[in-house]
Amino acid sequence: MMELVCPAGTPAALRAAVEAGAHAVYCGFADETNARNFPGLNFSPEELVPAVAGAHKRGAKVLVALNTFPRAGGEKLWHQRLADAEAAGADAVILADIGLLDYAATHHPKLRRHLSVQAAAANPDAINFYAETFDVKRVVLPRVLTVQEIAAINKEIDVETEAFVFGGLCVMAEGRCALSSYATGLSPNMNGVCSPASHVVYAEEGPDLAAKLGGFTIHRTPKDRPAPYPTLCKGCFTSGSQTGHVFEDPVSLDARHLIPALAKAGVTALKIEGRQRSRAYVAEVVRAFRAATDALAEGRDLPLAELARLTEGQSATAGAYAKTWR
Amino acid sequence: MELTVGPNLFFWKAEDLRAFYKALEAAPVARVAVGEVVCSKRMPFWEAEIPNIVAGLRAAGKEVALSTLGLVTLGRERNKTHDLFDLGLPVEINDISALKHLPENTPFWVGPLVNVYNEGTLGYLARRGATRICLPPELPLASIATLAKAGKDAGVKVEVWGHGRLPLAISARCYHARLHDRAKDNCQFICGEDLDGREVDTLDGQAFLSVNGVQTLSAATGCAAYHTEALKDAGVDSLRLSPQTGDFVGLCAGYADRIAGNITAEALVAQLLPEAPGGRFADGFFAGPSGSDWSHPVPAGA
Repeated sequence: MMELVCPAGTPAALRAAVEAGAHAVYCGFADETNARNFPGLNFSPEELVPAVAGAHKRGAKVLVALNTFPRAGGEKLWHQRLADAEAAGADAVILADIGLLDYAATHHPKLRRHLSVQAAAANPDAINFYAETFDVKRVVLPRVLTVQEIAAINKEIDVETEAFVFGGLCVMAEGRCALSSYATGLSPNMNGVCSPASHVVYAEEGPDLAAKLGGFTIHRTPKDRPAPYPTLCKGCFTSGSQTGHVFEDPVSLDARHLIPALAKAGVTALKIEGRQRSRAYVAEVVRAFRAATDALAEGRDLPLAELARLTEGQSATAGAYAKTWR
Repeated sequence: MELTVGPNLFFWKAEDLRAFYKALEAAPVARVAVGEVVCSKRMPFWEAEIPNIVAGLRAAGKEVALSTLGLVTLGRERNKTHDLFDLGLPVEINDISALKHLPENTPFWVGPLVNVYNEGTLGYLARRGATRICLPPELPLASIATLAKAGKDAGVKVEVWGHGRLPLAISARCYHARLHDRAKDNCQFICGEDLDGREVDTLDGQAFLSVNGVQTLSAATGCAAYHTEALKDAGVDSLRLSPQTGDFVGLCAGYADRIAGNITAEALVAQLLPEAPGGRFADGFFAGPSGSDWSHPVPAGA
């Protein structure tokens, strides 16, 4: 059975995900040690303890993301959070930084290590390096690979792979993008945020609503239409005589029809993005995906229609899993 | 503080590269990294030039390293990375997968596309044999100072992005091809038309980013002119200058004068701004608030 790894931005969302059938949930601490460092989200070390116990009672695993790159001179905080995760009984930590992986392998050898997508290990050499050097047991694959490439990678490695199937989509190699800090001073790698709300301004300009990030206009929509959030790489820009979504349309990832192909490619776990999403959303998505992984395990057709409801009215893409995306 | 010339990130014609590196032999820089970092499809067009480029630079007294690709996914890209270690020159790694190919006890350099954010990572790489590390451009001065000190303790030279459009992201998708409604496999090498990258403006006409194949850079040119003393005081060993069109040897000489204290930051800025791709400088990653900011007014007459 493919493992379903689900987002938990709050203790309530964690419970909702587990009740909806998540095999595993992932979460982070309420600070810069994880890549969804948003106000009102995440766990204190004290909150994590009962959350892990509750998940374990229902047979679900808890993976703790410590997937930012520790600040020079400030590594102690990340080291403390490793100890907190182990003390809470986390089943694994999800790490991206080489220094932190090295520290975890030395000081917390029994705490299982997964490689975060933020490490962007995009080929068997990178994956084998992390596996051999830091005894990483699972790699979250960057969203730059086709299904065929994932299948080829799995033939050359001994560790498990986890692939994103639903939710927000990075267009750039993850963990290797400073667009956000160029525009706002805050980045995924250093601060755990991308295109942060603190730097968003919506301005009414004539018939338009301009959405700006750090003073840069990311897109402009007629006032009577819903304006997408100004995520930098999904903005509308001009280059030469062309105007459009230079990097990516304002879409999210939806690879549910590829679940059988990903299973065949040797992928162990399917990951759903969205720690910032509501408890109700998480429960609905998890239920639909759990029905899909159950159907796959039992050889039935996937209930794709149920999943289709989730993206109604939004644009979605299979992203880099299809080679034509490049 | 010394000067290092980074690998040319853009797709230039072989004869233009030959001329660029020939001229660079006379530039006051200590070392040069050479190689294709952005796109393996470009390699057949100029890799035959590399041995002569390397020989010329070394004969001129420069230290030379060979650069790996920044994002390695294909089998032939993995092989290319592996083969670089057989050539008897230091290799500058730009993708962590290169460490899998690194022979035992082989010194290497680390380029700015590798995430070195803290002492733990710097220390690990030092133990593996790293002798030089160019830090990621988004690091603030406080982090640079901490890492320069950690570098001294670990015997690693620490380098900082000094001048050139800032490398901000790399992707599997080719934006140059996408702007021409082409897929990457059918790009027809359109990135070769934009020798300093293709500018991407906001809908309000504000220069913002530039694309270079699968790479995204800033539209403004990163410029450390006002920070050379602070970087020197922080213990930074070298500034990295990134190839661009125009009088690049003059640019190197300008920075050499600046480091030696012969000219002011204002004078260097006035010299370099007319030829700066994007016509604007940025140095906000050093002292904030954001990377695109520039710490000083533009000098009169520039």
